[in-house]
Amino acid sequence: MDLTTFLIQCLNSVQYGLLLFLVASGLTLIFGIMGVINLAHGSFYMIGAYLAYTLASYTGNFALSLLIGIVLSVLFGYLLEWGFFSFLYEREHLLQVLMTFGLILVFEELRSILVDDDVHGVPVPSWLEGSIPIGNNMTYPIYRLFMSGVCLAIAVAMYYLIRKTRIGMMVRAGATNREMVQSLGINISLLYRFVFAGGVALAIFAGMIASPVSSVYPGMGNSVLILSFVVVVIGGIGSVKGALVAALLIGFVETFGIVFWQQAAGALVYVLMAAILLWKPEGLFKQGT
Amino acid sequence: MKRYAFWIWLVAFALAATLPLLPPPIGTEFYIALGTRILIMAIFALSLQLLVGYTGLVSLGHAAFFACAAYTVAMLTPEYEAGNGWWLVLASIGTSGLLALVIGILVMRTRGIYFIMATLAFAQMVYFVFHDFAFFGGSDGTYIYFRPEFSLFGWQLVDLEDLNQFYWFTLLALLITVAVLAQLLRSRLGHAIVGIKYNEQRMRATGYDTMAYKLASFVIGGMFAGLAGFLFALQYGFVNPEFASWHQSGNGLLMIILGGLGSLPGAVLGAVVFELMRVWYQDLTEHWQLLLGGTIIAVAAFMPKGLMGGFSGLRLPHRRFARVKATAPAQTTATTVMQPQEHA
Amino acid sequence: MTEVLMRANSVSRHFGALRAVDNVSLALARNEIHAVIGTNGAGKSTLINLLSGELPVSSGHVLLGDREITGWSQPQRARAGVGRSYQRNNVFLPLTVYENCRLAAQMATQRPWRIWESAGHCSVSRERAEAALERTGLTEVASRVAASLSHGQKRQLEVAMCLATQPSVLLLDEPLAGMGPEESERMLDLLRNLRDGHAILLVEHDMDAVFAVADRITVMVNGGVIASGAPTEVRDNEEVQRAYLGEQV
Repeated sequence: MDLTTFLIQCLNSVQYGLLLFLVASGLTLIFGIMGVINLAHGSFYMIGAYLAYTLASYTGNFALSLLIGIVLSVLFGYLLEWGFFSFLYEREHLLQVLMTFGLILVFEELRSILVDDDVHGVPVPSWLEGSIPIGNNMTYPIYRLFMSGVCLAIAVAMYYLIRKTRIGMMVRAGATNREMVQSLGINISLLYRFVFAGGVALAIFAGMIASPVSSVYPGMGNSVLILSFVVVVIGGIGSVKGALVAALLIGFVETFGIVFWQQAAGALVYVLMAAILLWKPEGLFKQGT
Repeated sequence: MKRYAFWIWLVAFALAATLPLLPPPIGTEFYIALGTRILIMAIFALSLQLLVGYTGLVSLGHAAFFACAAYTVAMLTPEYEAGNGWWLVLASIGTSGLLALVIGILVMRTRGIYFIMATLAFAQMVYFVFHDFAFFGGSDGTYIYFRPEFSLFGWQLVDLEDLNQFYWFTLLALLITVAVLAQLLRSRLGHAIVGIKYNEQRMRATGYDTMAYKLASFVIGGMFAGLAGFLFALQYGFVNPEFASWHQSGNGLLMIILGGLGSLPGAVLGAVVFELMRVWYQDLTEHWQLLLGGTIIAVAAFMPKGLMGGFSGLRLPHRRFARVKATAPAQTTATTVMQPQEHA
Repeated sequence: MTEVLMRANSVSRHFGALRAVDNVSLALARNEIHAVIGTNGAGKSTLINLLSGELPVSSGHVLLGDREITGWSQPQRARAGVGRSYQRNNVFLPLTVYENCRLAAQMATQRPWRIWESAGHCSVSRERAEAALERTGLTEVASRVAASLSHGQKRQLEVAMCLATQPSVLLLDEPLAGMGPEESERMLDLLRNLRDGHAILLVEHDMDAVFAVADRITVMVNGGVIASGAPTEVRDNEEVQRAYLGEQV
């Protein structure tokens, strides 16, 4: 493998990993702070993609679609928490699993009814089309760089939010010790709603910006969900830093795995997870980091 | 109710055995096939019940063992003739048990939510192995053209190609499953397993190697899931990666919640109700998954104790042999406290 | 003459910078009740966890008889005769009192592979359970569900389950917690009774109880031992009075 190809695969790995991080960070925070296991998280990703498709068809403007999508997704997350997830907080894991499993089915069918079951493409916006040259004879799509850039910007923003603001402090505290935060009199329901809406919005947004690259198809939520779970297991529940590290790790394993041993690529990530579980059954990083 | 449990089972099995003999429209191919499928799903639900309802291990990857056995029988069945039934059923159950052992060792150190996610992820791995390796037939899967032969000293014991006989064969498998699990739960192993569900810390403090017991439960559950997979593959004549999908695992969980956790009849009841519901919904609309999803949510939200929860609560299906010296009347219904253990 | 059944040699346990247990040594001898007292946060519960095997030591050794058991897991120690009761009720709530003890007693004859044998028929576990119930005075409530017992009875059940495993060493974590005066007296009688043949470690807050039954007392403050000896010695020890008893006067 020559240097250029290697570089390209690295860029792909980072882009894939960062995208996965967007989705998984929401999942790990929702679990770490609210103690809710949400199987439907992958569905948000799928919703994002289909949302991008429908909005793009209506407005014809990708940037506008993204903006509208963000607003809609925060609203959606807020309502979903208020109307459904708030009932899940004190339940046993088994019941949470089932309820969110049912939610997946509901989302899939609603999408089927409201949009359709077909595969769609979302056009790359014209101002991001094209590729830049890398090395002597290879090029790399600008849009993918844009994706990585946006995800990275969001990751940095999350870092600042969580580490340097009061809200972030509450989030971290909640992730480390839920009961304590409640007893400190912090408006826990508002915090929960905020975190949940944020997590949902991140996943939906990830689906939106990924749509020009990965296209839009019915099963797309499933694989993202499972991988997000692997990210959370490897990175440690409630740890955003862990989610980032794990997501990038998985990005590299998957990307290079496909290059070197295509057939086993799908299973390789799980081998990685197995190895890490043997070493650290609770993930790489602690809650709240 | 407990005293009559044995007789109720007996009657239920006897009634079930008459299904193929009933006059149409019930005794027709469609219903016999549906009945067979329900019996197989009951075995699957029972195997999961051991894990979830009795050991407290919430596994979201149980379908992996179901699929493993199915693929085993598919790959080992000869292409042009019926295979040896004894060998095939042993091999199927054996490979799923082995897979359960390997996965079990890897996940047993995790607790609570990690356990759930890890089991899900490993089942996905199994799914991918079946899906991506051409050896297994890829996403299309493999076919089984001849159901195996079970013969003893040259005498054919049962003709599985016959619809009715296959139904009775499956019914026998269910009977064996119920009998073995019931006895297991009555034995020391069973008591220890349930003790772990109620309070793992106390079990360890008392001197039980809880890790080993949980692993045993996981493997036994995996083997019975394999039995279900073996039969399912034979019934439909094909296997594909979807057998390992988490939808299958999730459906299993729904069945035991529906019927009632920690109850053997509950698992069977849950499987029956689930399958009937599925057939009914599929008949109603092409968007039947919406109804199914809604039902799952409703059941989890409003009926977490399941159908059996109304009858007997969550008692162990074992007789108390308390030789009480005082004349205190024997307790019948316990105020059961289902302690959600973090080791789930 | 005193046969030491269990010994802790300079055990320590750190949690980061916090030294929960700091260089503690003590010996548990047969026919002796050795009480450990100290203020809240002195490290008493951590010490029990170290002895029972629930927590690994950061340094030091634990010996059972002559055997080095520092690396042994909790189930291993329990099977070797180390029994433990918990500060908070840790019984099997959905089971009856008898079933609780029987399940505990079953640890001696686990035989998990004998699936064809019904657990309830196991005579060994049956006898041991009944003996434990008899000794703790719970025979009359044997068929009541544990969840329906009074607090005091649940504490008795804690001890009964410990006894059902026929341990040689008993590690009792605040068995009198939350008990009224009558129940406490009963428990103390039980403890005096149990002294015969067992080595008992008693972690307690109730000073009167401790001085009533203990043969030896060890006082812990901030993870370390400040005094250890016969009750009269300890009572007269100035440092102890200052650190602990003095606050009560």
